Amino acid sequence: MANFFTDNESLNFHLHQDLMKDIIKLKEKDYADFGKFDYAPENYEDAIDSYQKVLEIVGEITGEVLAENAEDIDKEGPKVEDNAIIYAAGTTRNHEALTNAGLYGMSLPRQYGGLNFSYVPYVMAAEIVSRGDCGFANIWGLQDCAETIYEFGSEEIKNEYLPRINKGATCSMDLTEPDAGSDLQAVGLKARFDEQNNCWRLNGVKRFITNGDADIKLVLARSEEGTTDARGLSYFVYDRTSKAVTIRRIENKLGIKGSPTAELVFNNAPAKLVGDRKLGLIKYVMTLMNGARLGVGAQSVGLAEAAYREALKYAHEREQFGKTIKDFPQVYEMLANMRAKIDAVRTLLYETARAVDMTKALDAMSKDRTLLPEERQSLKKYQRLADMLTPLVKLFSSEYANQVTYDTIQVYGGSGFMKDYPVERMYRDARILTIYEGTSQLQVVAAIRGIAQGTYLARIKEYEDMAVKDECQALKNVLIKMRECFETTVEKANSFGSTSESYEFNARRLVEMAGYLIMCNLLLIDANKDDRFAASAEIMIKYAQAEMEKSAAYIENFDESILEQYKSIL
Amino acid sequence: MSFRIVVLAKQVPDTRNVGKDAMKEDGTVNRAALPAIFNPEDLNALEMALEIKDRKKDAVISIITMGPSRAAEIIRDSIYRGADNGIVVSDRKVAGSDTLATSYTISQAVKKLGHVDLVLCGRQAIDGDTAQVGPQVAEKLNIPQITYAEEVISVSEKSIEIKRRLERGIEVVECGYPCLITVHGSAKACRFSHAKRVMKYKYSLSASEAVERNVDMTQAWANKPYLKIEEWNAADIAAEDSRLGLTGSPTKVKKIENVVLAQKESVNLSTSDEDIDGLMKELIAAHIIG
Repeated sequence: MANFFTDNESLNFHLHQDLMKDIIKLKEKDYADFGKFDYAPENYEDAIDSYQKVLEIVGEITGEVLAENAEDIDKEGPKVEDNAIIYAAGTTRNHEALTNAGLYGMSLPRQYGGLNFSYVPYVMAAEIVSRGDCGFANIWGLQDCAETIYEFGSEEIKNEYLPRINKGATCSMDLTEPDAGSDLQAVGLKARFDEQNNCWRLNGVKRFITNGDADIKLVLARSEEGTTDARGLSYFVYDRTSKAVTIRRIENKLGIKGSPTAELVFNNAPAKLVGDRKLGLIKYVMTLMNGARLGVGAQSVGLAEAAYREALKYAHEREQFGKTIKDFPQVYEMLANMRAKIDAVRTLLYETARAVDMTKALDAMSKDRTLLPEERQSLKKYQRLADMLTPLVKLFSSEYANQVTYDTIQVYGGSGFMKDYPVERMYRDARILTIYEGTSQLQVVAAIRGIAQGTYLARIKEYEDMAVKDECQALKNVLIKMRECFETTVEKANSFGSTSESYEFNARRLVEMAGYLIMCNLLLIDANKDDRFAASAEIMIKYAQAEMEKSAAYIENFDESILEQYKSIL
Repeated sequence: MSFRIVVLAKQVPDTRNVGKDAMKEDGTVNRAALPAIFNPEDLNALEMALEIKDRKKDAVISIITMGPSRAAEIIRDSIYRGADNGIVVSDRKVAGSDTLATSYTISQAVKKLGHVDLVLCGRQAIDGDTAQVGPQVAEKLNIPQITYAEEVISVSEKSIEIKRRLERGIEVVECGYPCLITVHGSAKACRFSHAKRVMKYKYSLSASEAVERNVDMTQAWANKPYLKIEEWNAADIAAEDSRLGLTGSPTKVKKIENVVLAQKESVNLSTSDEDIDGLMKELIAAHIIG
C-alpha cells in the first residue's frame, strides 16, 4: 500500500508554508466559488485540507499503479500503428487511473472542470508522479498546455478545449524542428490563413515532439511570410480529430521510453490562433517554457527521490566485509549527499513554485479589476523572483537528478549495472533532464543577467536578513562568508567586462555560486523551522562552501589568454 | 424507478500486515494493534457495482456496513470512489455476532431499503474467512445468489450475466433480478477516490461520529443533506433481539491454538532434468500442483 505523498514528510512541510494563505486566497478570489461548486473551499483551512487529500490520491495512484507499471512500460514502449501512437499498456492504465480520479486539469478553474488548485500542489503532484515513473511525468505534465490556453486563448478556444482536459484529453507542445532546437527563432513550419474555411492551415515538419499524437496540440509556426526571426512566429491550437498530421516515426531513446517522442508532418492541418499574431515565441512560448522548466524541476526531484530511496534501501541490506555497506564512510557520504542535494533543490523548487503562484494569481486578478498599488508591487516582485529562480531550479534539479542516479548505481555496485534492478532505468531516464526544455547551458544564459545586475545578490541578502535561532547561527555565519566570497568573485569577473568572452566562459561558475547560496539559505530557513532539515543544511552548506571556493579560485586565477588554449586543442 | 444496488462492506483489521502483537494472549484478534481497513474483496464488489453503474446510468449504489460508529469510515471511502450513499448498522446488541446473526442483521437492513435489484458483497472477509455471510443473506432475502463472481459480462433490463471464477475453471451464468453476487478477489481492483468527490464529501459524518468529535452538524446537514451518513440501530431495522449479537450466535469458539509452522525435512535437488522431473511428479502426486 505505497503512498508516495504520505510517506514523504518533506512534501507536507513545503505544502504548509505561510505564503500559502495569501496564494490560496488570491487563487480562490476570496473563496468566491464556495456555494457555486460543491467541491469549492470555504476558507484556507478547507482549501489546504483538500490539497492534502487530493495529493494523497495522487500519492496512492503513483505508489500502487505508476511505480508498478514503470518497468514494463520501459521495456514495451509505445508504437505507431495506422498513423496513431499506441502507448505501452501500462501508460494507458496510468493515464486512466489519473483521469478516473479526476486529477487532470488540477490548476484549471472549476468552470472548465478543473480543481482550481494553486501552482504549489500542482508542482508537488508532478514531483510525486515522477517518483513513480519519470517518463510518464511528461504525459501528466503536458496538461500545462491547458494553462497556456487558459491564459492566452479566446473564450471560444477556452470553451472548446479546456473542459476536455479533466476528462483525459492529452496535450503536446510542438515547438522543435530539425533545424530549430535550442534556437526556436528558426522555426519554419508554415501557417497561412485559409479565407475560404476561415481557419489557419499548418504545413511542415516538427521533430522530437513529446507525446506527439496528443489530442490537443499547441504548435509554434511562422505566420508572417518573409520573416526569419521570433517576431514572425505565432501560436496555434490543433485538434487531433482533424486527422491532418502524419506521424513519420517515433524515436528510439536512451531513457523515458514510455513517453513517445515523434516526428510529425503537418499536412494543411486546420488550426486556431492562440492569442495574438507574432507573440507566439516572444510571449506565449516563453511563458509555457517557464512552466515546463519548473515541470522538469519537479520531474527531476521526483526521480532523484525515487533513486535515493532505492540506494538507501540497498545500502541497508547489502553486506560486505562483515557489515552493511551504509556503514562505510565513502558510502554514507554518497547517500547523505544525495539526501542533502534533494532537500536543497526541493526547497528551491517550492520557493519558485510559490513565486509563480503569486504571479499567476495576481495576474489573473488584474484581468478582473485594476490592482491596488501594493498589489502591483507584489506582482512585480514575485514575477522577478519567479523569473530569477526558474533557470536555477531547472539547472540544479536536472544536474542533481543525474548525480543522484549515477551515485545510486555506484551504491548498488555491479548489481546496479544490471537490468535486474530499477536503478539503471532511473539513470537512463535522468539523462534527458539536463537537455530538454532548455539545456543546462541555456539556463546559465538565462540566469547570468541576474548576476551582472545584482538581483541574485539582493535576494541572497534578503534571505540572510531572516533571523535564525541560536543553533543555526554558526551555519548562518558560514553563509555570510560564502556570500562575501561570491561578491569578490563577481567583482573579479566584472573586471573581464560583462559582455566579454571571458565572462561568458565563466558564467556557469558564477550562476552555480548564486544557486548554492540561494539553496543553502533556503535550507537553513527550513532547518530553522524544522529540525528534520538540520543535518541536510549542514551537509549542504559545507559541500557548497567547498564547491564555491573551487569556482572562486578558478576565476581568481583566470587569465583570458587561456581561452585561446581551449580553442587550440580542438 | 432507479436500479438499486446494495453493496455489503465490512471494516476489518488488516490481517495481511500482522505483527507480533496481532493476537492477544487469549487467542483473540488484537484489533487495537491492527489498522482497520476496507475488506479487500468488498472493494472488488464495490468496483463491480460501479461498473454496473457505468453501464446503467440510473443505478443508485448504497453501502451497508455493520459495526461500531467508526465503520462510517468505509462509507465515506466508498462514496469517494463513486457510491451514492451508505448506512452504518450499529447497535451494542449486534456485538459478537457470528455469521448467522450477522446475515440476519444485514438482511433486515436490506429489507428496510425496500426495492433492491442487486446485492453485491465480497466473497469473504479477511478476519473470519468464512465466506458465509453473502450466501446466508441471499437465503434470508429469499433471492438467488451467484458466488465467486469475477466479471460482469452484460447487464440488461431483465438480467445480469456473470463470469464466475471456480477452482477448476470458469463458468458464465445469467440471473434475473433481484439477486445477490459475492465477488472474488480476482475481479477488477477498485477504482481510486475521485478528487472532486473527496472534496465534496470530506465533511460527511454519521450522527454518532458528530457526537464523538463534538461537532455540531445541524446546520451542515440542513444545507447539505448528503453530508449525513445514515445510522440504523436494531429497532430501525425491526430486528428481533434474540437473533442478534452473541444471543443470536450459535457458533461458540472452543479453543484457539497458536500454530508455528516449522521445517521438518529438506531435500537438496540439483538442476538436472531428472531431479526436476522427479520433483514435478512428486508434487503432482501429492496434489500440490496440477
